[in-house]
Amino acid sequence: MEKFAHSVTLDTDLCKGCTNCVKRCPMEAIRVRDKKARIIKERCIDCGECIRLCPHHAKKAVVDSLEVLKNYDYTVALPAPTLYGQFKDLQDRNYLLTALKKIGFDDVFEVSVAAEAVSAATRKELAENNLKLPVISSACPTVLRIIRVRFPSLLPNLLEFHTPMEISARWARNIAAKKTGLPRDRIGCIFIAPCTAKVTSIKATLGTEKSEVDAVISISEVYPKLVSALKTIKEPENLARSGPLGVGWAVSGGECICTGNPNYLAADGMENVIHILEALEDEKLTKVDFIELNACVGGCVGGVLTVENPFIAKSRLNRLMGMAAPAIPMDDIPPIKSMVWDQSIEFDPVLRLDADVSTAITKLNRIKELEERFNGMDCGACGAPSCHALAEDIVGGWAQEDQCIFLIREKIQKLLNNGDDEAGKEPIE
Amino acid sequence: MQPLTLEFPVSAEDFSHAGEASGAVKKTLKDLGFSPAVIRRVSVAMYEAEINMVIHANGGVITATICPDKITVVFADAGPGIPNIDLAMQEGYSTASETVRDLGFGAGMGLPNIKKYSDSLDIKTELGVGTTLTITINV
Repeated sequence: MEKFAHSVTLDTDLCKGCTNCVKRCPMEAIRVRDKKARIIKERCIDCGECIRLCPHHAKKAVVDSLEVLKNYDYTVALPAPTLYGQFKDLQDRNYLLTALKKIGFDDVFEVSVAAEAVSAATRKELAENNLKLPVISSACPTVLRIIRVRFPSLLPNLLEFHTPMEISARWARNIAAKKTGLPRDRIGCIFIAPCTAKVTSIKATLGTEKSEVDAVISISEVYPKLVSALKTIKEPENLARSGPLGVGWAVSGGECICTGNPNYLAADGMENVIHILEALEDEKLTKVDFIELNACVGGCVGGVLTVENPFIAKSRLNRLMGMAAPAIPMDDIPPIKSMVWDQSIEFDPVLRLDADVSTAITKLNRIKELEERFNGMDCGACGAPSCHALAEDIVGGWAQEDQCIFLIREKIQKLLNNGDDEAGKEPIE
Repeated sequence: MQPLTLEFPVSAEDFSHAGEASGAVKKTLKDLGFSPAVIRRVSVAMYEAEINMVIHANGGVITATICPDKITVVFADAGPGIPNIDLAMQEGYSTASETVRDLGFGAGMGLPNIKKYSDSLDIKTELGVGTTLTITINV
């Protein structure tokens, strides 16, 4: 597993070195250096906020393209249920699923089917009291990653099932291998994603050594092709297999409803997720058995690779959920054991100042001294998100005091006030 | 090695902000690399003492001193003082007003919880002058 593979990249030509992404990154993982934004790999949790916020469209997602289909003899599309809500006049999911075949996939497997399998397994675990309450859903890769670096005391609360995306790749491959007789590695199981975090979750997988998803294509790439393809379909194939509950996973709270347990809490949007995690850590959440957290506002429908407003998408999904579909045969479902993580998730102490507490205290004292000399405006002109972050960077050896324009201004002021004697002495760097 | 000292003024009425000091210390302890178990004990003990300051004493000042082996937090207020410490330490005993209880506070578990989660609890109080609580948590 590649430790710091991320799915956000920067087009340096478009980057203006402004402070928008720097200030809003929930992990303070971005710095501007030499007028260009740089992401600190260890701190990035792939939430996609910077992509969303960048007014110059310089932040881009790293995803596979439809070209990747050429690498396989047989391809299966794994559409995230979010995809269904992106289209204006979709009456019936079968049209969209058929359209996926039209744009090049050999077959389709609804990820919402796997979602329903995860929900069934979750209900069983809850009923048998096997889980540490409250359980935290592990479906959002960004939430997993923020817990891992910032809330390690909550790691034991995580639901240790693979995501519906992961399970659907295994399940779809079983079905395709049986159907075609092809070797398993000639079959491409390709996820159609609402967000970049899902890309990272297959490049740097948590919970297992390697993901079985072969590639991730963004909803935004396939959307225009699907719109055209939809127009050409007279009679759709009967491909839908998911019930309404699995489709509901695309929306915040959808996974909670599947647990059948009314003592749930669903929060979405990074600031809200962090508040809830803090409250949970402080034991301020009582009478909650299941917690669903989504980094994106609205849930996955708010993902940065979607094309539609999350609330509009949600209302369309409400309509599409009402559709009945034949049940999928359970012969090729991966065994429950393989749905569970085979690798535990460990605390990643990237935010810690030092491995040794005494050294960390000494550093923090120096940071506080420095911070007192800065203006306290958190203006971002130095390229760091806050005065505290700049102080931390200086003590860590990655920045200089002179990056602070207020300190520079003070120095200039002092030189000017010292009168003509001092004029002409060395210029400020 | 110089210990880290953090100081927080606590204001009188604002329940919605109560807990900011203990939250800030919690974050600092995480950045310093203390174990989750230690962090939890400090957070719980601090939160209870901070709330007490707001409910009973019109606020005050909290000073946290952090060393690698020990965390000491002093809560100093200029409030009414505690008339009977033994009574105050009893679980369920509270002098909180009805309004405060309606808000969900004043269950009478504050001081007992602080004692439970800390390694030492020292109370100095004088009626009409104020109270100073010193809590120590060993790492």
